[in-house]
Parts: sequence; structure tokens; C-alpha cells
Amino acid sequence: MKHEWPLWEIFIRGQHGMSHRHVGSLHAPDAEMAIKNARDVYTRRNEGVSIWVVEAVNVSASSPEDKGAFYEPSNSKVYRHPTFFDIPDEVGSM
Amino acid sequence: MYAQMVKTAGSGVKDRDEMSEQEQDFQDRIDRGEKIEPKDWMPDNYRITLIRQIGQHAHSEVVGQLPEGNWITRAPTLERKAILLAKVQDEAGHGLYLYGAAETLGVSRDEITEDLLAGRMKYSSIFNYPTLNWADMGAVGWLVDGAAIINQVALQRTSYGPYARAMVRICKEESFHARQGYHIMMKMASGTPEQKAMAQDALNRLWYPVLMMFGPSDKESVHTAQSMAWKIKMDTNDELRQKFVDQTVQQIEYLGLELPDPNIKWNDETKQYDYSDPDWTEFFDVIKGNGPCNVDRMAARNKAWDDGKWVRDGLMAHAEKKAAAKVAAQ
Ligand SMILES: [Fe+2]
Ligand SMILES: [Fe+2]
Repeated sequence: MKHEWPLWEIFIRGQHGMSHRHVGSLHAPDAEMAIKNARDVYTRRNEGVSIWVVEAVNVSASSPEDKGAFYEPSNSKVYRHPTFFDIPDEVGSM
Repeated sequence: MYAQMVKTAGSGVKDRDEMSEQEQDFQDRIDRGEKIEPKDWMPDNYRITLIRQIGQHAHSEVVGQLPEGNWITRAPTLERKAILLAKVQDEAGHGLYLYGAAETLGVSRDEITEDLLAGRMKYSSIFNYPTLNWADMGAVGWLVDGAAIINQVALQRTSYGPYARAMVRICKEESFHARQGYHIMMKMASGTPEQKAMAQDALNRLWYPVLMMFGPSDKESVHTAQSMAWKIKMDTNDELRQKFVDQTVQQIEYLGLELPDPNIKWNDETKQYDYSDPDWTEFFDVIKGNGPCNVDRMAARNKAWDDGKWVRDGLMAHAEKKAAAKVAAQ
């Protein structure tokens, strides 16, 4: 029987209020084991206080080919950045 | 290194006018320092070479647990035992990060594991040498991990994103490995004359095998140029080896041990140490499978894989049964 354990993507939240971050992947037969293995592999030095696991086949991703066109709409909207507006020094901090 | 003599796929560096437009764009991205990510277009030879390199690197981490695992039960104190255990456990993690990176290139971990077990893939030559006594635990951590660090620090800048990220994680953990080894050496070198002699013996025995980790001399490394253009090799073998010698000499001197090679001398012109080359015939012989421990290492890996099969299958069967019961209950 040829039956490889499925692949899981691992997300860890550290202690300092940041959101969960992708740290890598591992193989495990089910979610429960994936969490235990992630504890052993990715938190050996207090890297986290919360673990999410997602089976890799369930991750949908944007495609790299249309990288340009897909993000183009935000390129032309420079006014979304605060630095677009000149505010005189006299106004104080804003 | 942990990946030695990785054969670069293809027939050497292509000139720009030999490249397709897609290949030119790809090379431009690398030249600009952009990372290549799993779903990006890449030349087949880039992918194939990386699978070989990352796979061999991963296998080295895993096989590398054997020479040190050998001494866990015989560590001189409970503290040293706990430290060595943690170090060896890290190496299992390193193997896992790297298998994960290789899998993003379209191979499965089981596939390349079976390639290793069948002798189709290699691991670093260094792990085919035996660890004879406790002083070797010091010398291995200090020198073997020390040599690995030099290579891995450079690879943090490699062009393939998942490989570079694995290197960053690994490098964070490696200095613990080198320091715990050097600490053992410090203890032994300042111990009884017998202990000091053991430390000297370990250094002498492992010195040349460690120099071999960086791979053959640049004159003989045929495929370096293409791998360097792709930024999956960051420095040449000789450059890395020189760096290792230069940083290690003063560490040897601090221990009060003798240099393992009488030809190690500071060269005022080149501003680096001269040293003797290892015996390359021995190196090629070990690579071919004739080192002192090749047979043992492969036998141990095959046994672990075969003995673990019922556990892998049993856990999978259990998970499937549970999942089916959950579906039935809904
Ligand atoms: Fe390692
Ligand atoms: Fe290490």
C-alpha cells in the first residue's frame, strides 16, 4: 500500500499580539497530529502560543502570471497614502 | 557541504542569446535579487538541480543524526545528555524544513526518501565517518556544524524563496549546535592529560573529513558556473573552505590544542591561512560508498523506514476511519 500522509500548512501566532504567520509545512495523518507535530517542529524555542493547521490541498492561491494586472488598480491610487497630502508644519502633528 | 557535488542539470551556463525570452526574464529576476516562488515559471533544469540540492541537504540533516544519536545514551552527565538530545532533535527539524522546501518543487517527501534509501541520492560524506568517543561530540558540533553554518549563512540569500526561508530558520538554530560542541572541547582541553589527548585526537581525525564537506577544489567543480548564475550556489567550494580555516585556527589556539596540519600558516600576502588539501582520493572513495560507515548508515535508515511502516499505515488508516465516521454522522 502506497499512502503518504497528507501535507499541512502551519501557521503560528507568537506572544506579542501579531497575527498567525505561515512558518512552513509538514506531513501528518490528521489535523490533531499535525498540531502536535507542529508544536514539536515549529515551537521548540517559544516561537508561539497558538497554532493553526490547514491541509495544503485546501489552500487556494492567486496565480503569479497575472501579478501585474491583478495589483494594477492600486498602483494608480497614490492618494491612498498619507504622504500624498502636503500639510503645513504650522498645523502640528497629523 | 551538506550538499556536495550536486550535478547541475543542463549543459552549463547559457549565453543570453541562447536563452528564450522566458529564460531571459527569469535570469533578470534573479539578477535583480528577486526570490523565485513555487508557482513562478522556472527552467526545468533549475527545478531539477534544486530538487537534487535541497534533497541532498535534507538527507544530510537526517543521516547526520546517526553519529550523534550514537552517544545520547552515553553522555557523561544528564545535562550533556539533554543538550545533545535537543541538538539531534533540531537536526530532525532541519531535515523536515528542507523536505518541505523540496516538496514545493513537485516531488513528494516519500519519493526522495526512497531515492536515498535505494542509493539514488546522496548525503554529505562527513556522516560516513564514525564517532568513536565523547570528544567526537565536541568536535562534531564545533567543526561539522561550524562548517555547515558557513555554507548555510550564504544560502540564506539563495534565489529560491522556500529554500532561503528554510536556511534562515536553520541558521537561527545552528549557533547553539556549534557552541555546545565547542563547550565540550573547552571542558576536555582543560581537563586531565588523557581528556586533552582525546580532544586533540578528535580534532586530528575529523579535520580533513570536515574540509572535504565543502566539496572538491574549484578546479574540479565542473558545474559551479550555472548554479552560481542561478544563485543556488553563492560561493565556490574553495572560498567557503578558506573562510572555515581562517575562522577555526584561532579557536584551535584558544583551546591550547595543536594545529591538525603542520602546513597551516598565516600568509601575509594573501591575508589568509595556507593549509594542506585533504586527500581527494579518499573523498571520492567515500562518495562512492566506501567510507567507514556508509553501509551502517544506509542500513540504519532503511531499518527505521521499514520498521516505521506499520505506524505510518496504522495512523493513516485510523485518520481515514475517523473522517469517514464524521461524514456518516453529518
Ligand atoms: Fe542542521
Ligand atoms: Fe546542526
